[in-house]
Amino acid sequence: MRDHVIETRDLVKVYQMGDTEVRALAGVSLVIGQGELVAIMGASGSGKSTLMNILGCLDRPTSGTYLLDGVDVSGLDRNARADVRNSKIGFVFQSFNLLARTSTLENVELPLLYSESTLQQRERHERARAAIARVGLDGREGHYPSQLSGGQQQRVAIARSLINDPAIILADEPTGNLDSVTSEEIMALFQELNDNGKTIILITHEHDIAQHAKRIVHVKDGRILSDERHEQVRVRGTR
Amino acid sequence: MNSSTLRLWNITKVGLKAISRNKMRSSLTMLGIVIGVACVIAMVAVGSGASKAIQANINALGSNFIMIFPGASTTGGARIFTGQSTLTADDASALKVECPAVRYVSAGVRTGGQIVAAELNWGTQIMGSDVEWPLIREWNLSQGEFFTEAEVKAGAKAVVLGQTVVDNLFPNGEAVGQIVRIKNVPFRVIGVLEQKGGNQMGQDQDDTAVVPYTTAMKRLMGTPRIGIIYVSAVAPDRVSEAMEQIDGVLRQRQRIPPGGDANFMMRSQEEIASSASQMSKTLSTLLGSVAAISLLVGGIGIMNIMLVSVTERTREIGVRMAIGAKGRHVLLQFLFEAIALSIAGGLIGVLLGAGVSKLIAKFAGWPVDVSMGSVLLAFGFSAAIGIFFGFYPARKASMLDPIDALRYE
Repeated sequence: MRDHVIETRDLVKVYQMGDTEVRALAGVSLVIGQGELVAIMGASGSGKSTLMNILGCLDRPTSGTYLLDGVDVSGLDRNARADVRNSKIGFVFQSFNLLARTSTLENVELPLLYSESTLQQRERHERARAAIARVGLDGREGHYPSQLSGGQQQRVAIARSLINDPAIILADEPTGNLDSVTSEEIMALFQELNDNGKTIILITHEHDIAQHAKRIVHVKDGRILSDERHEQVRVRGTR
Repeated sequence: MNSSTLRLWNITKVGLKAISRNKMRSSLTMLGIVIGVACVIAMVAVGSGASKAIQANINALGSNFIMIFPGASTTGGARIFTGQSTLTADDASALKVECPAVRYVSAGVRTGGQIVAAELNWGTQIMGSDVEWPLIREWNLSQGEFFTEAEVKAGAKAVVLGQTVVDNLFPNGEAVGQIVRIKNVPFRVIGVLEQKGGNQMGQDQDDTAVVPYTTAMKRLMGTPRIGIIYVSAVAPDRVSEAMEQIDGVLRQRQRIPPGGDANFMMRSQEEIASSASQMSKTLSTLLGSVAAISLLVGGIGIMNIMLVSVTERTREIGVRMAIGAKGRHVLLQFLFEAIALSIAGGLIGVLLGAGVSKLIAKFAGWPVDVSMGSVLLAFGFSAAIGIFFGFYPARKASMLDPIDALRYE
């Protein structure tokens, strides 16, 4: 069963908006295996953001179970979820979300700051350098985000998501702020990481981007509309 | 280092980095604390300098010093201070004989008058005293000598001048041996008192002239009674014993029954000292509390900026939480930032306050005293302010929901 990285059953999320209840998720059951590259698609209001928040342990479901890496995380409190996010999930955001006036190296090291590990500064630097090299940014360790292009900033964010060797990488519209050429480059990087065994979940509403995944899950009105595997569109690495 | 101390240290560094990234804002925030702490240090320094100066002046009067004044008397059931003194020179000599705790006694009278020397004249206080008066006041002569017992008995027309009087009448300084006229009576200057400076009330103590009390009573005032008795106890710790003995002797001589209202009053140096130090303490407290308010305002400034900073960095907080920061990590980060700001402000404030105190001492000529206590107090207070006013914004940051924080624009 270890090849199931994510396994959810009947995830329901209800928001209380004054007197009315909004059912953002109305029973989502989803299984994602080790080494998959999945795109979760849906229009705004479809519930995909809610699903992402729950898969990313930022939020917890009203009911239903969620096993991440074989562990039930659906009932964890704030602090326990913070630990799970730190060790098992790598986040990549649409707006990169790097810390301003902070070097590439420090940005990539950031998750280590909050992890239980007892790495000394030298080891942290080594690991961060390795992650930076992996996304092709060697030599830019000392640059600030303002000195980097959008594509480079997103690479820093990806390096940051890799630093704790997480079970899944959760990328929320990772190309939303990038032009099409740079988007392709970023997707190539995701595919390369996936080829090396990383489980990656893309949240997107762009069909073109979803085509790069091996599997596309469509979400609508808080339910899974379709879930299909298909031939992924490979991008040639242009880095 | 184990993992939690390592993490604590790293989070401290994050807080410190945030300060250095925003130098302008950090220094403006600190300014409030800097000014507050500097105020406290300088104000307390001025206050305690003043109180030390007062204390020193009082000690200069002589620490065993007791004064006896004539007081209200009861005549036919009506209690009134008639202006008519109840004390005589015999009372003074009786104290010397009958009170074992009393060392020196001097009868005294006080009047004012114009002193004329050739074409110059100067209005001053004229003191009539006995020979032991300089010993009681612990006041030496800089030139010449004090009058002798024989001169007092004979009512000699000899005068000892204070330095201020000498400065005004004999600008060239040659006073001893000269003749001056007080109320048209010629006196020979036989000595000059050492300069003593102002007393705790700010009066110039050197503006005085001392003559034998017998001469003053006969020639200058025409009164048979003395106006004051100066006494010194054998030791500072026997002042109250001496006062009890004096009280007993005077009551007997004045025929006042035990428990009856005395027609004289006594004041000891200690009483004067305590009332003066009470006054200067009140002054210090007043200055200190005004300064403490400015420190408080500085603290509110820190809270204000930290609140703005938390709002401004909501997204950063969201990112940190998304990648695994717990509420307490965020809380500590912001708390450290606030504490570091206030401690740095406190340090600068201490230096500034000490500097300002020095400047006050130099330019205003006030005595100042920067005490270690006030430094520690102001410093500790500023650190406490950092914790107190940093806690609310830090807690607010730590309570943020990562989803909302990430979405915050």
